[in-house]
Amino acid sequence: MAHKMAHKMDRLLFGDNQFFGINHMSEEKARAGAMRFQKTQAIVDVLDVALAEGVRTFMCTTHDRILEIVEIMKANPAKYADFIFYPGMPYAHKYANAVTEDGYLGTLKRFLPQEGLFDAAVRGGMSIANKDVEGLITLLVDAEMKMFEGVNAPVVFLQNVVVDLLLGLKFKDAFRIFADHVRKRYNAEPGFITMNLPLLLRALEAQGVENPIVCANMNKIGFRMSGGWDAYVAAIDAYPCRVIAMSIYASGAIPPAEAIAWVAEQPQIESMVFGASSRGNIRNTVELVKAADARRAIAA
Amino acid sequence: MVRVGVVGMGKMGLSHLAVINAHAGVEVAGICDSAKYVLDVLGKYTGLATFTDYEVMLKSVELDAVLIATPSAMHGPMVRAALDRGLHVFCEKPFCLDPDEGAALADLAKSKGLICQVGYHNRFIGAFREVKRLVDTGAIGRVTHVLAEAYGAVVTKPKGSSWRTQRAQGGGCLYDYAAHPINLVTWLFGAPATVAGAALVPVFSAETDDQVYGTLRYDGGLTAQVSVDWTDTSVRKMTTRLTLWGTAGRLYADRQEIQLFLRDDVGALPDGYTAGWNTRYTTELSDPVDFYLRGEEYSAQIDGWIAAIGGGALENDFASAVETDRTLAMFIDNDGAVEANFRAPAPAAAKTGMIGKLMGRR
Repeated sequence: MAHKMAHKMDRLLFGDNQFFGINHMSEEKARAGAMRFQKTQAIVDVLDVALAEGVRTFMCTTHDRILEIVEIMKANPAKYADFIFYPGMPYAHKYANAVTEDGYLGTLKRFLPQEGLFDAAVRGGMSIANKDVEGLITLLVDAEMKMFEGVNAPVVFLQNVVVDLLLGLKFKDAFRIFADHVRKRYNAEPGFITMNLPLLLRALEAQGVENPIVCANMNKIGFRMSGGWDAYVAAIDAYPCRVIAMSIYASGAIPPAEAIAWVAEQPQIESMVFGASSRGNIRNTVELVKAADARRAIAA
Repeated sequence: MVRVGVVGMGKMGLSHLAVINAHAGVEVAGICDSAKYVLDVLGKYTGLATFTDYEVMLKSVELDAVLIATPSAMHGPMVRAALDRGLHVFCEKPFCLDPDEGAALADLAKSKGLICQVGYHNRFIGAFREVKRLVDTGAIGRVTHVLAEAYGAVVTKPKGSSWRTQRAQGGGCLYDYAAHPINLVTWLFGAPATVAGAALVPVFSAETDDQVYGTLRYDGGLTAQVSVDWTDTSVRKMTTRLTLWGTAGRLYADRQEIQLFLRDDVGALPDGYTAGWNTRYTTELSDPVDFYLRGEEYSAQIDGWIAAIGGGALENDFASAVETDRTLAMFIDNDGAVEANFRAPAPAAAKTGMIGKLMGRR
């Protein structure tokens, strides 16, 4: 299959944990974040600051509130013409809670498109009857992608809880089904977030997903890099892929300048994702990355 | 290579299956659930051998061990069947709804030399391990009071009936949620002498409790307040906390961090800590795992069990889980009024006709 030209990722991507009460270091900080970003406009204000500083790619979950952000941006097309979403799906909490309440089939019914689309009915119905996950996976992707209609979403990620669950189960075909569907239906690149990069890269190759975009913890202290730094580098060398580093500060354990200087020097890393809530921190991060990349360019 | 059968393909069972299936020292020899649909999908896409009947799985595949993640009321008979066959057991929490049954199984496991663990994963969280180390070494002196808390948004409206909504089947905030912080307290101090002021409060549930409050009293004066609420929609996911007051300081911990205040006038300070406030984060308190899913602790507890089968030290053995079960039973006994509402007349076995609903998963 002929793919479109590979999407060029920005060096620096903006994450969304800070907006939704997620902080891997402190529950108090997480709560403070949830309070500060209770109103969606507060999130958009920070995204505006990021955009002004040249950070225009927003890597976000399919949290319900993202839809509100999308709506605000669609209402201001000129202002957000260059803005890019990298959706990451699913927002696992809503499914986990539903499974406990309704069981697996009940959950599927709840989240599959409800509009009575003939296509959805056929895909869903056939899938359930044949115990064939292709129709289910593609329907769930479509349900999650609905909120991104009309905005630029050139890379679509599968979130780490699902990726890593499938990896542990050694579940066949699912990554390929996701990748093919994202390419065909959304003309986008598939991405995979993981806490187990070496395992993931082997599984993606086994399923025939070529040169995948992957996002994993990459930080100087090796925090949540399952198997360790050497195993990560060896896997990246062995299996061609495009790497986005996340958790570059290791939840705040590494000072920003030191963290970024180190990440920027790693030739395996194409992009990095970071979260920040203030203009000062966003600008500081942008400047640190520019300076580190400049040093690397001179050294080369 | 340890050959393991996994029974119960609910949320916890699937998560355990992924973790143990990724373990380099384990071969998953069979998976079991009464829900045929889920099982068939898993069989088709993972290639694992599937069984809808636990006994059939035990008879037809060569196993060294089983991992049991079924509804709590089924733990007892399933654990016994495994022990009778000489298999090591990992069982989800709570262990047994009847502490005497649990104690008998703990004795049986011990007499057979089998390595048996219960899934209290908080004991594998770095921050709580550091709490255990600090308390055991006397860092905050004699502990006088503990506040053990857990909050989450599990039951936020009335729900349809399932095993999780019935006290008699092991459903409810006490068995499912409060068991975790209480297990941390019994890890540090053992089972209490008495439980007083227990309040097992239904908020949205009809047949079980949604809030758990009460005081554990120990010989020697230590008290522990338990405050657990799984109707709290302000928290994103389950939040378990311990705060301990001692004669030499105060110690707070959740899964992310510990905050330790130490007096400067009571002798030697623990290594690496100073007088006044100290903070340590999960990044320095967690040991890395080979496979990560949802938190280091889920892999660490399975790694610990497999290592113990190979001769390593065992954490969360059946006997320690029975201490927690006994403490949970003390809450029910102390809370007479609510107990009358929830202690269903029919024992669990009488309901197994609803096999699809009951036999499967947690």
